[in-house]
Amino acid sequence: MTANVLLGSLTLAQILMTLAMACATFRMLHGPRAQDRVLGLDTLYVNAILLLLIFGIRSDSTVYFEAALVIAVLGFVATAALAKFLMRGEVIE
Amino acid sequence: MTFATELPTWTALLIAALVLLGAGLAFTGSLGLLRFNRFYERVHAPTLATTLGAGCVLIASMIFFSVLQTRPVVHEILIAIFLTLTTPVTLMLLVRAALFRDRVENKPCNEVETCAVPAAKNRPRSGRLAPSQAEPMKPLTHHPDHGDKRDHR
Repeated sequence: MTANVLLGSLTLAQILMTLAMACATFRMLHGPRAQDRVLGLDTLYVNAILLLLIFGIRSDSTVYFEAALVIAVLGFVATAALAKFLMRGEVIE
Repeated sequence: MTFATELPTWTALLIAALVLLGAGLAFTGSLGLLRFNRFYERVHAPTLATTLGAGCVLIASMIFFSVLQTRPVVHEILIAIFLTLTTPVTLMLLVRAALFRDRVENKPCNEVETCAVPAAKNRPRSGRLAPSQAEPMKPLTHHPDHGDKRDHR
């Protein structure tokens, strides 16, 4: 019974995270200006981290944790570099 | 899915509630990113996912692996610390870049039709921008970094 509750809530959480990633992807593709696209990409990174963690809970393995950590680091670097690019026009001056 | 039968009832219910809460908060944040009108309003929405949503899912993951392996598993706290430290930095960089771009184009905010409706609310901001508008601004047809006298580090 409780196993079914846990499974159902994990499935619902995965569906919610997929919808959230769809919203972020729409904002990234359709955003009026460049900063909206960067913000959508940042949100997409965070939602991907959460989806990977939920997937790790579901499949009972800690392998997905490392992937989530790498996505966190790369997301920070990507957003910082893109914000620098929007500010100055080049990333490394 | 044999692991779920090994879990105690309170743990399974707690994990289910925390995961659902975290995913719902993340979805709410992304929906706010989709629905808000201006960029400066949209910046606020995804922080719901990065703070509370990520916190709930990470705590659920910690409880799950700790109970299942009968030892404290706290390596998820790395992601929590990293997200908490980096989200304000990146969003402040992004908002400063957006503010810079809007000021270069002499637009107090990024969408004219939504800014025109609450005109009284935007009055102090345009009043603060008035001195920079009074002096003739350089025609910025190209990027401002191309021809100026700033030293490039």
